[in-house]
Formats: sequence, structure tokens, C-alpha cells
Amino acid sequence: MLRDITLGQYYQTDSVIHKLDPRVKLIATVCFIISLFIVGSWVGYAVAAVFLAVSVKLSNVPFKFMVKGMRAIVFILLITVVFNLFLTPGEVLLSVWKIRITKEGLRMALQMAVRLSFLIIGSSVMTLTTTPNSLTDAMEKLMKPLKIFKVPVHEVAMMMSIALRFIPILLEETDKIMKAQIARGADFESGNLIKKAKAMVPLLVPLFISAFRRANDLAMAMEARCYRGGEHRTKMKPLKYAARDKAAYGILAVYFGVCIAIGVFL
Amino acid sequence: MGIIKTDKLVFEYIRRDEEGNVEGITRAVDEVDLDVRQGDFVAVLGHNGSGKSTLAKHINAILYPTEGTVWVDGMDTKEDKDLWNIRQEAGMVFQNPDNQIIGQVVEEDVGFGPENMGIPTEEIWERVEESLKAVGMYQYRKFSPNKLSGGQKQRVSIAGVIAMHPKCIILDEPTAMLDPNGRKEVVRAVRALNDVEGITVILITHYMEEIIHADKVFVMDKGKIAMQGTPREIFSQVGKLKHLRLDVPQVTLLAHELKKSGVNLPDGILTVEELTQELMHVYESRKSAPHLVGLENDRERV
Amino acid sequence: MPIILDHVNYVYGSDTALAVHALKDINLVIPDGQFIGLIGHTGSGKSTLVQHLNGLIKPTGGNIYFNGEDIHAQDYDKKKLRSKVGLVFQYPEHQLFEIDVFSDVCFGPKNLGLSRQEAELRAYAALKQVGLEDEYFYQSPFDLSGGQKRRVAIAGVLAMKPEVLVLDEPTAGLDPKGRDEILDQIAKLKEETGITVILVSHSMEDVAKYVERIIVMNQGSVMYDDMPREVFQHYKELEQVGLAAPQVTYIMQALCDNGMPVRTDATTIGEAVGEIMRVLEKKVRKCPKITCADAG
Repeated sequence: MLRDITLGQYYQTDSVIHKLDPRVKLIATVCFIISLFIVGSWVGYAVAAVFLAVSVKLSNVPFKFMVKGMRAIVFILLITVVFNLFLTPGEVLLSVWKIRITKEGLRMALQMAVRLSFLIIGSSVMTLTTTPNSLTDAMEKLMKPLKIFKVPVHEVAMMMSIALRFIPILLEETDKIMKAQIARGADFESGNLIKKAKAMVPLLVPLFISAFRRANDLAMAMEARCYRGGEHRTKMKPLKYAARDKAAYGILAVYFGVCIAIGVFL
Repeated sequence: MGIIKTDKLVFEYIRRDEEGNVEGITRAVDEVDLDVRQGDFVAVLGHNGSGKSTLAKHINAILYPTEGTVWVDGMDTKEDKDLWNIRQEAGMVFQNPDNQIIGQVVEEDVGFGPENMGIPTEEIWERVEESLKAVGMYQYRKFSPNKLSGGQKQRVSIAGVIAMHPKCIILDEPTAMLDPNGRKEVVRAVRALNDVEGITVILITHYMEEIIHADKVFVMDKGKIAMQGTPREIFSQVGKLKHLRLDVPQVTLLAHELKKSGVNLPDGILTVEELTQELMHVYESRKSAPHLVGLENDRERV
Repeated sequence: MPIILDHVNYVYGSDTALAVHALKDINLVIPDGQFIGLIGHTGSGKSTLVQHLNGLIKPTGGNIYFNGEDIHAQDYDKKKLRSKVGLVFQYPEHQLFEIDVFSDVCFGPKNLGLSRQEAELRAYAALKQVGLEDEYFYQSPFDLSGGQKRRVAIAGVLAMKPEVLVLDEPTAGLDPKGRDEILDQIAKLKEETGITVILVSHSMEDVAKYVERIIVMNQGSVMYDDMPREVFQHYKELEQVGLAAPQVTYIMQALCDNGMPVRTDATTIGEAVGEIMRVLEKKVRKCPKITCADAG
């Protein structure tokens, strides 16, 4: 059912990675992604692969779940690979009609494939082990310094968490309205592009109206419960670093250092 | 002065056409005088569009009176300085269960109000626990709200209000979107709050079965208070209620119809037990006085 | 045109670990012109069932026949089926989208490929059937009251001239008068046109008042399928599955338990008044067919 779809697909289980402070996981993910672009050699990718494999193992999330996340981007991956493979100039390895595969192209394509799939698996380790809510919390806390520049950090975080709460509700509503219009003879499938776009009107108008009505109701309900922005607010679940988080930062620092060294010297 | 008091409360909103020109003024609430005592269970009845929701939103300072005054625990809702105290003391539960839950986990939602009030973390946890227990939802504290039934969601919303330690709770048609079981759950939870915790309850509804335990009932029509009294007093006026687009519980209606057919019954019967008792009384007296009805003689002889 | 459900099964998410068996071996015949009440607590499968009737959901097992034809046969015209079996969802006013009431009601007939004139004629007739006054026809549907919006939405389905009308809780959220008005309109429509009506409802009082046959759903199966007075005799079993009988049934039962010789199978106010008066006024004692002893 549509309600069961949660953004980021949090996988409920007990593991060290699950228990880590979301800020650690967020920073680690960012560092990991950067590291993929710093290291330009196979040794570097091997180090990254080890780091990733250990994280996946520690997270207790079945590997097939991570691969599931890959399925959605297989298309993008293929396009990137194809583009790199055929469009990179250099020493020709193989040539069929007008299509040429170069040595540099092959190298680039492989590199991109590795980078992209590591990137996806790496971020899904984070999303699978962290609830969207604690992720928002982490972002709010990490971006707090931006407040000096008048960035509405709290508001943005609140909006994100509300959006996350309402996505399943609106998905279900979409399904319901769609069925109701089909029951009135609407056709969402056949016809050309313009016809299809036109057929969306009976779906989108009620959906927008409903979204606005919900937003209005929610704003009222929040005000009624004394919501007045981030000022004076306390936290029910404040983020606090534990010993394991500090250890994790240490490991991360070592990894990142090694990656930089590889990037510079190899 | 009671916990909630209104004095000649008027609320008007201006209808505008597409260009923004004034089309007319609608008086949604019209000179309402209300006085609710601390600890009472008050029901407000009225058909759709009778102004009962608009009235409710004044008590929580979501709307401000066009004319007249609303006091919550002695505080005038027009005074900005008391705004947050008013919203804390007079909590509000709305109709749509989905549109008032903010948290993605039950306990986080209940903690939302106390967080906004700046309560220290440990105390928030205590309040969340006691509130969820008060509405019987403690075992669901780690659930996603999307996995709950309508009645459960409304109980979470009620817990979210109780966690703010209000003196009064206003429920704006909390059961309108629920099935009969959900309605029962919610009404039971609300009654327990009133009985056990002594929280003043203002329940807005158009389900007649939900108000038979109220201390006082107000019936609204066209923004005015059309009737007020105890449930029994209100339900004894079947004709007037029907005229106000309302209804009475089926028991009351049956008693009313029997009375019209000549059975001697008191007005405003509210429960199955009462009606059974009264009817048995009539039946026994007719049986022992057969000349009234000409009851069968053979059985009397035996 | 009768609808026949033959061993219908439906499983949600059958390929996942979270499979839910929503309908279990449903066998029903819905003949022409019946007024049927479909009851069951939330999650009993009644909403899933009604979505099968117009082919919105395809059963994972079993067949559904409309007028003798399998509706999931390859060349079967689903669009036509959906015009013949009109389905009004819960809170149908949430699907309104046109700029005025009249155009919204025309949406259905237009989708059927009817001429503009024919579509408008049908829309007009449908709006009259739900009792909406002419003055609202060119207003935005969003400016109407809750009850009026609901009528417009129902008219939107009626304009397709269905032979079977399925209404999923058409009175949810309406005030008592609004509720009675809608149900009375539907009963009148049924009376005048002879269409089949399936009313999904949580209100036993409403069901008892209007329908001639009740189908009780529980955990995806049909629990009872009978006349209201027969079904409500099982009020204890109904309570066990989270349902109830109309209040009247409880009164009659209580009177009987206390020794008043009334029949306990009255389900409406009118029947109860008649029965109680009969006992209170009777001159000759007649043995009631169903008494506490049988029913208890």
C-alpha cells in the first residue's frame, strides 16, 4: 500500500550504525562522497570499498536492500557510462562504424560507474539507518551557525519534517482521487502527451485544494499548541554525542586522511 | 466568573468576490453569552454552519471577536501578552485526525506542545508518558501515526493537548470523521479526562449520543444560542431540535413516539435502561388494572 | 443487470511479506433493483469489495460477472462498466474540480463520449435528482455548503445513468438533517428509477430504516447476508466483531428480558412503536413468533 512507502526507506533493526548520532552519519556520508572524488586511483577505490563494506556489514541491513535502492538509478548509471564510454576522446581501442571506444573512455566509464554506485550505496547506508526525522534534526543542528546569516534553519527543518509526514498521506489521497475520477470515466492512460496532461487536471485540482486545506488545518493546529517558531523551544530528544560517536569521528578522520594522502601522492 | 466566559461575542467575516470587492458580511457568531464553570462537561450542538466551530476557535484565541469579549481563566483573548497562556490553558482538538498530528512518531507528536512551551527535556518525557497513559495510547508511543486508526489518532491528539497541562480542552467535532468504534473510544477518553483529571471539557458535535453525559448543553443556530439546559431538558424538545436540523437518540425518539400514541412516559428519556424501566412500569400497571386495556382474563383467573 | 461475485479473493501486496488477505472467497449475487446495506467495521474489507464491483480493483482470485459477462475478460469495455456501476466514494466532494457545478456534473457523461447536449441534459436531470436548486448551477462547487457539495458529487455519478449505485458512507460528517435529506433522496431515486443501490454505512439505524438486505463483512468474509430483522437478531455476534444493532433492537430485547411479551425483531422506530402498542393494548394474548426464548 502507498502508506507504507517511507522516503529514504528506513530499515528498522538494531545496529551500531543505527545507534550513531545522526550528525555523525550525515557528516560521514558527506565525507565519503567527497573522498570518492578526491581519490583518483584504484587503490583509493579499494580503500573506499573497504570502508563502505565495513559500514554495510555493521549496519545489519541486508545487502539486497541497498541494491534495491540501486535499481532506480540504473538508468542514470547506464547513461553516464555510455556517454563516458563513447564520447571521451583519446587512444582508440575499438571502432565500429562511427562509434569509437577509447582507452580513456573506458577508464572514465568504469570510474564513474564505481563512483556512482558507491555514492548511492553510501547514502543509502545513511537513509536506511536513520529516521527522516532525526536526519532533519541533525541538519537543523549542523546548520545552526547559518542563523547568523539570517538563514531560517529551524523553519526549513520544520518544513522538511512536515513534508515527510504528509508525503504518505498525499500519496494515498492521490490514489483515492484518481480512483474516484476513473469511476467517473476519466482516462489517465491513453492518448497523446497533451491529452494526458489535460487528463491530469481532474486529479491535480482536487489534490492542490486538499493540500492547501491540510496546510491550513495544520497551521491552525500548530498555533493552538503554542508553536511560535524556534525561539524558546526545548527539545524532547536533544542530540547528544556519546563515546561511540566520538570513536566514529576518529575512524572517519583516519579514513578521510588516508583518502587525501592517496589523492595527493598517487 | 467561570473558566470560559463570553460576553455578547460577535464574529463577522467579510465575503469578497473574485476582484476583492466586498460582497457582504456574514455574522457567524451573534451575541453569544457563555459561562462555563471549571470542571464542567459542556456540549455544544448545532448543524453544519451554525457557528459552533467559529465559536470554539475564539476560546483558543485563533479568532478574535469582532465585538464583545472572551475570557479564558480571567484573561481577555484580545490581550496579546496573554496569548500563549491562553493557548496553553485552553487546549484544542480539531476534526481531521490527519491534519493535526505533526510528529512522525506518536510520542514526538505528544511532546510537540511542551517543546513549544520550553519545558525541560526530562519533564517533557514525564508529561508525554502520563498523557499517553491517560488516553490509553501508551503502548503505541513508538508507532507512526499513519499506522493508527482514526480513533487512535484523535486520542493521540488529545494526549498532545493534555501534555500542555491545560485547564480546559475544546474539542471541535473530534468524532465527525470516525466510525462508531472510534467515536466511542474518543468519547470515553474525553469523559475520563473530565471525571478523573477534572479538566473542563467543551465538546462540539452533532452526534446526539455523545452528549447525554454532559453537565450542560448549548444548541447553536445561525450564530446564536438557540437552546440551553441539561441533556434531559434539551432532549425533551424533540420538535424544536428537529427544526434546528438536529436529532435525538433513537431511544428518546421512540419514547417520544410512544408518548404521542398515548403511553404515559416522562419527557427526555436518554438511555435504553430508562425507557425499559418506564415501559415495564406502564406494562405492569396495565396488567394489574385490566379494565384500562381489557387484558386477557383467563390468566388472571389462574 | 445483476452482478455476480464468484469465489472472489483479493490479496494486497501479494509479492511482499506484508500480504493482507483483504477478501476471502466472496460469493454474492446482487440482483436488479435491490436496496442493499453493506456493513462492517473499518478494515473489514467492505471498501475493497465495492471497488471490485466496477473493476477498479482486479480480484487476485475468482470472477466477477456483470450481466453475465466476465468484467475482466480481455475485450470487456471497462469504461462502459463504470458508467453502469456508479461508485460514490467517501467524502466525494473532494473530487470536485471544475469551475462551476454544472460543468463538474458534466464530466462523467462527457467521458462516456456523449454529445454536449446529451451530457448537459443528463447533468441537469442528475442535479434535479439530488435536489439541488437551479440557483447553484453556475456557482463554483467550492463555495457551496458541505451538504450541497456532497449532492453535486453524487449527481456527478448519477449523470452517468448507472444501473447500480454504490455509495460509500454518503452521510459521513453531515449533520442529522443533512444525513436524512441525502438518504431520503437516494431512497426516492431508488423508488422512481428502480436502480440497485448498495449503501455502505456505519449507522445501523440508517441501514435498518432504508435497506431490504444487509451484507455484514468481517475480516474479509461475508458474515451475514439476510433481511435486516434477521441480521440484527444476531446483535451479540455483531458486537463481538465491533458492530452493533440499532438502539431499538436493544430496547425490545431489554423489554423482553424483563417479561414483556414483545417480538424482539423490530429494527425501526415505526416497527417498535407498533409492537409495543400492540402488547400494551392487546385484548387477546397471541403468542409472538419470536420471543426472548428463541432469540436469547
